[in-house]
Amino acid sequence: MELAFALVIGVLTASGVYLLLKARTFSVVMGLTLLSYGVNLFLFSSGRLVTGGQPIIGSTETYSDPLPQALVLTAIVIGFAMTAFVVVLSLRSLADHNDDHVDGDMPELPTPKHEHNDEQDIEKGEARS
Amino acid sequence: MNHWLTAPILIPLLGGILQAFMGYAPVPLRRTLGIATTALTLVAAILLMGLADDGTYRLYAFGNWQPPFGIVLVLDRLAALMLVVTAVLALFAHVYSLGGSDGNNRQFHGLFQFQLLGLNIAFLTGDLFNLFVAFEVLLIASYGLLMHGEGKSRTVPGLHYVVLNLVGSAIFLISVGMIYSVTGTLNMADLAMKIPQVAPENLPIVKAGGLMLLVVFGLKAAILPLCFWLPNAYANATAPVAALFSVMTKVGIYAIIRVYNLMFGEQAGALEGLGLDWLFPLALITLAMGVVGALGAANLRKLFAWQVIISVGTLLAAISFGTEKGTAAALFYLVNTTWVVGGLFLLADLIAGQRGSVNDRIVTAPKMRNRTFLSVLFLIGAVASAGLPPLSGFFAKLMVLDAAAPGAERIWLWSVLLVGSFFTLIAYSRAGSIVFWRNVKGHLEKPRRLTGAVSVPTGALVALSAVIVMLAEPISRYVDDTAAQLHNPSAYTDILQTPMVGEEQ
Repeated sequence: MELAFALVIGVLTASGVYLLLKARTFSVVMGLTLLSYGVNLFLFSSGRLVTGGQPIIGSTETYSDPLPQALVLTAIVIGFAMTAFVVVLSLRSLADHNDDHVDGDMPELPTPKHEHNDEQDIEKGEARS
Repeated sequence: MNHWLTAPILIPLLGGILQAFMGYAPVPLRRTLGIATTALTLVAAILLMGLADDGTYRLYAFGNWQPPFGIVLVLDRLAALMLVVTAVLALFAHVYSLGGSDGNNRQFHGLFQFQLLGLNIAFLTGDLFNLFVAFEVLLIASYGLLMHGEGKSRTVPGLHYVVLNLVGSAIFLISVGMIYSVTGTLNMADLAMKIPQVAPENLPIVKAGGLMLLVVFGLKAAILPLCFWLPNAYANATAPVAALFSVMTKVGIYAIIRVYNLMFGEQAGALEGLGLDWLFPLALITLAMGVVGALGAANLRKLFAWQVIISVGTLLAAISFGTEKGTAAALFYLVNTTWVVGGLFLLADLIAGQRGSVNDRIVTAPKMRNRTFLSVLFLIGAVASAGLPPLSGFFAKLMVLDAAAPGAERIWLWSVLLVGSFFTLIAYSRAGSIVFWRNVKGHLEKPRRLTGAVSVPTGALVALSAVIVMLAEPISRYVDDTAAQLHNPSAYTDILQTPMVGEEQ
């Protein structure tokens, strides 16, 4: 169980970080969500993985720690609110810039120079004449 | 149990909730209520400082739960000092917002109160997870405040700020989980007792958790590899928000002082001084980076934002010595830099208002109408932050320089800090001489008028630098006592023995 659990956390975190490093707000938001899932599972496991345990000392042979569950609950609520906010903010950014690049506008890519210049020259020439 | 400890939390909380429901109330009513709430918070903070100054720890246990099991608020000298620094800055920033920058957003006053709420919880809490919650409260309020204002310029810096801080929160949770999984506690006093007893095979987990905490606090404090979000975010925020944000990096500094003195202090056994040897070089590089940024700043707000980074570097260098003297110097410098930089952000807005479309860019422009007043304020602020005599920045820097132990440490700190101060001075004189002296003929048709609501708080915050010099003796006595208290964590852990209400019978 530990191995499967650890693998799930690892895959969630790794895909979260991968998506975070993309330059589009949509994938960044998805990355943040996956990352927070991974973190929540990790936090949950900090009380050790126990099956059939009750969170009360003395009631069963093994007991499970209730505190990480409370922590996870808090983290889920906060994470949910933050995700909602970041979604709204990315929509605002999309509306403001007509682009979902994280820097607002796409950085200038080196365009093939001669075509560009030709067009500009033609425009300038027309303006002058 | 002392119930007054909840006052700095309850006052902004109630004020903020009222404001949230008063979005459509008349503006004068909202403003009066907002200022009254902030002023009450300041009164509560000053009263708590008076309480804390006897050197004992005061405790408030929520729900009367015995400390390691419940959440506690702990008041000591450091917490009281941070509360007062924040409340003074907040009151002036809030008064400034009455000059018109609280418009366009019905929830400005509410968000402002929630920001104070989060800051105050962070300073008072004695629980690591509660510190995380406090960070989230102050962050979500700061997201709202950062977006406050007109125009599109804030969307992209705001998005970067939010995403970075969400990643920071995730790292905070991971480190909390790692520390909890080994020690089984999150109460800071209990952690200070448990960390020396951690079994050797579990030490790497605590160590990794502790260093990840440093990453989170470093992101909040804007230490070098994690500082590039700050100039854009601060330079685009509305003036009172930027002024209030000058205390936000200090929350990270506060958390480093608190957590690392308590959990990884002298008594921590194998983990003593964890992370401190990383802090010193990082602090110096941060300082140097801040100076480079200040030299290259194209407008006044960017210049002051880089000044925030310079002060973070100076503060961390003093803290990284791990000595009482270093901590005392850092705290003295913190008081000075928070207020003065806050005032400078307000000043940048006043200057921008009188220069029309040129705004606060460091270029030639028509002469300002109130040039004398603004230039005097700029001179005082620049002298105080660059660290020239006779203002408080000089004495604060002197204390930091003096705190370095003789040897390689002193050589590195002195050379970086002194050369850095010199170049900061160049940056300020370049900005000041261009903005104030290099004018073109003519006046702006309609400059923004300097009303009392904007010029009084700006002048007062910058002038606090002179007040700090006049009150240097009591303030340095207080910060010395604070540092002594911080470097004796065994007294802090005694709060675990505080009897709860009703247990005596």
